Amino acid sequence: MASTSKDVPAVVIQDNPPDDLEPGACHDSILNPTDSFEEFASEMSSSLQERNISLATKSSTISEIQSEIGENSAPMKPTKSSDDLQTKDESISASTSNSNLTEQNGDDTDTEKDDYLQSPELVNKEKHVFILSSAGKPIYSRYGNEDKLAGLCGVIQALVSVVEEQNQDILRSISTNDCKAVFLVKGPLILVAVSKSDESETQLVLQLTYAFNQIVSVLTLTQLNRIFEQRRNYDLRRLLSGAERLIDHLLIFMEKDPAFLLGAVRCLPLPEKARENITNAIQTTCNKIRDLVFAIMLAGNQLITLVRMKKYTLHPSDIHLLFNLVRSSESFKTAESWTPICLPKFDSTGFLHGHVSYISEDCQACLLLLTVQRDAFFPLSQAKHTIADKLRRSNCLVAINDALNRNEELPTTNPLKHIGIPEIRHFMYKCKSTAQLFTSDPISLDKLQDYRLRHKEGGDIMEKKVEKLSDIDYVRNYRKFCSSIHCTSTPAKLIFRSNSCDTILAWVTNGFELYVTFDPLMEKDQAIKAVDRLLKWIKKEEQRIFIMHAPTF
Amino acid sequence: MKVIEAKIVVLGSQGVGKTSLVVRYIGKMFSKHISPTIGASFFTCNINLENARVKLQVWDTAGQERFRSMAPMYYRNANAALLVFDITSVNSFAAIKGWVKELQSNVPEAMVLSVVGNKSDLEDLRAVQSSEAAQFAASIGAQYCETSALHDQQGIDQVFLNTAAALLKLSNSNLVSSLRSYDSADVDPDKIPTGTPTEEDATHTGKVELPAWSIDSIAHGHVQKNMCC
Repeated sequence: MASTSKDVPAVVIQDNPPDDLEPGACHDSILNPTDSFEEFASEMSSSLQERNISLATKSSTISEIQSEIGENSAPMKPTKSSDDLQTKDESISASTSNSNLTEQNGDDTDTEKDDYLQSPELVNKEKHVFILSSAGKPIYSRYGNEDKLAGLCGVIQALVSVVEEQNQDILRSISTNDCKAVFLVKGPLILVAVSKSDESETQLVLQLTYAFNQIVSVLTLTQLNRIFEQRRNYDLRRLLSGAERLIDHLLIFMEKDPAFLLGAVRCLPLPEKARENITNAIQTTCNKIRDLVFAIMLAGNQLITLVRMKKYTLHPSDIHLLFNLVRSSESFKTAESWTPICLPKFDSTGFLHGHVSYISEDCQACLLLLTVQRDAFFPLSQAKHTIADKLRRSNCLVAINDALNRNEELPTTNPLKHIGIPEIRHFMYKCKSTAQLFTSDPISLDKLQDYRLRHKEGGDIMEKKVEKLSDIDYVRNYRKFCSSIHCTSTPAKLIFRSNSCDTILAWVTNGFELYVTFDPLMEKDQAIKAVDRLLKWIKKEEQRIFIMHAPTF
Repeated sequence: MKVIEAKIVVLGSQGVGKTSLVVRYIGKMFSKHISPTIGASFFTCNINLENARVKLQVWDTAGQERFRSMAPMYYRNANAALLVFDITSVNSFAAIKGWVKELQSNVPEAMVLSVVGNKSDLEDLRAVQSSEAAQFAASIGAQYCETSALHDQQGIDQVFLNTAAALLKLSNSNLVSSLRSYDSADVDPDKIPTGTPTEEDATHTGKVELPAWSIDSIAHGHVQKNMCC
C-alpha cells in the first residue's frame, strides 16, 4: 500500500509540464465529474412516460459491494418501479386555470386559511418551497406551518394532475409578472418552488432535486416508494421529523454557495504535504478494513480528503448532502455517531453506515467513515482514534486549523491580494474534470451564521441598496451568466458585460469555467490579460487549492 | 479490584431528552441547542463503586420513528437499558411500555432496567404521575427516577450509579454471559471520572425510588418467537 501511495505523486510530477492541462486538472478524479446542468436539463426534457420509467429499479451498488466482499446478509430488497402516477392519481374535481396560485387558493379555501396565506409568515418571501405527496398531503413548507397549507397543497396537486391526466403532459412552470412557480414530480412527491429571485427555471429545478435527494438521503428511495405504495395517503412528516431542518439548511446553503450552482465541490486549501500526510494516515489505517467504502474528511463545508474503494467515485451532489448533514447536526460534536446515510447518486436503494466524529476538540474537521457493514462501529471507532493520533503527531491538525482560521500568511487566505491584480474584485473557478471549485473569497462560517440568522427573521425581499458586495452577492450576480453558459439551446462560450457597477467576464472551455468580476471601466484586452495572470496563479497554486490525487484503499 | 464492562442503551421517544441526559452525565453540562440524534451516539464512562469499577459503553439512540427499525442493532447484547420518558407527555410514557415488551422478547439475557422520567423541572405541566410510573417500574423490576437534565446533576448521577450497582450485582450472579468482568490490579481511581455525587446541596428534584435490590428484582427476558422488527 505504501508503495502505491508513493507512486502517485511521482506520476504527477512527470506529467507536470503540461501547460495543456488546465489548472486543477489531474488524471484521476475522486469525484464523478458529471455536469449537474446537463443532468438536470435532461430531467426537464423527459416526457411523462420517461419520468415514470426513470425511477424504476436500478441495481444496488451497496449489494454489489457486499457480494464482492462476501457479505451475504444484504437486507435490502430491490424495489419495484414507483407508482404509476397516471393510473393512481384520483381525479380532482376542482377546475383550474393558469391564474396566479395564491389567488386560486384564495378562491378555494375558507376565510381563515385565506388569511393565513396573507400572514407575514408567508407574504413577501423571495422564495417558497413546498413539498407534498402526490395525494396532496403537505410534507414541508419553507416558511409558515405546512399544516395550515393543506388548501394550497390541494391546489398544487390539482394543477399537476390535471395537466397530466387531461393533456398527458407535465406541468413544469407557471410565470407571472414578478414570480415563477416551478414544479417537479419525483416518485410519490411533488416539489414546488415559488420564486421572485432571478434564478432560472433550471436552477430552481436543480434546487428542488436537491431537496428531493435530501429526503431520499434520510429514508432511501426504496422506503419512500414502498410507504406510498402501501398507503397513498401517508403523512410523511412522521418519518421526516427532525429532518426538516436538513431541508431548511440545504435551501439556505444552496442560495449562497456557488458549489451548488456549478455542481462542484470546494476543497479546503492546504499545503500539498499536509494533505498527503492526512491521506496517508487514512489509507494506512483503513486499508485492512474490508467493508469501508469511503473515508471522507471535511471541515467548514470544504473537502479535505476523500479515500475510496477502487471502482467507486462520489457524485458532487452526494458530497453536498454530507456537508449539509454535518453542518446542520450539532449532535455530531458531542460524541461519536453511528448513522445510517443514503447517498442518492451512489445508491438510492439502501443505507451506508457512517461513523461520524470530529477529529478532536481543538480541530473542527469531521471524519466520516462509510461502510456497508452495519456492525463495524468498533473497528471504525478504533481507526478514527488511530488517524487522529497520526494527524496530531504530523502537525496536520495545525495545518487544518490554520486554513480554517484563514491564517494571513497563507496565499490562499486572501488570494486577490496575493495575485496582485487590483482590478479583480471577485472570481470563481471550476475545474470541470475533477468537479472542484475555488473562489477568491471562501464563504466563511461566520457569514453563513449571519445569513442564517437574517434568514430566520426574514428571507424577505429587500429593496435596500447594498454598499459593499459580499461574496454571496457576487455569486448571486453570476447566476444569470451561469444560466446563459449552460443554456441547452444556445450555450455561450464567453460573456463580457460592463455596466456602471462592475464588469463581469464569464468564460467556459472544455476544461474549466471561470467567472470574474472587475471594476466597471475595464477594457476587454486588459481583462483578458488579467484573466491570463489569474489562470497562471491558479495553476501555480493548484496543488494547494485542489485535491490532485484520487487515493484508494 | 473487580472491573465490569457493560453495555447500556438509552431508549425513548423523540424529544424526551435522552441526549441531554447523557450529555449532562458525561459532560456535566446542558445545551439548549442540541440537534436531534441521527442514528445513535456512542459514549464511554467509568463508574467507581466501593469495591469495583464499572466501564459503561453508552448507546444514546435516536427517538425518531424512522430509526425504530434500527434499534435492535443497539440493544443487542445490552446489559442495561435506560427507558426515558418526558413527564409532560403521556405518549412518551406509553412508548416506554412498548420498548419494555420489545426488549423482553428480543434480549434473551437478564438486563438491568431503569425507568427515567425526565424534565422534572416542568412540574406545572406534569402529565404522568410519579406513582403511576413508579408502579409500572416496579412491575417490570426496574428502578424509577425522576430527573431534570436542565439542572439536576445529582439525580442523573444517581441513575447511572444505581445502574452500575445493579450491574455489579448481576455480574456476581454469573447469570449473564455477555457481561464481562475481570480483576484488575492497576487501578488509579484518581484518574477516572467517578459517578459519585457532587458536594453541592441536594436539589429538590431527583427523587430516587429504589426497589430493594435482589436477584429477583432484575428483569429477566423471556425468549419469545415474536420478532417485532
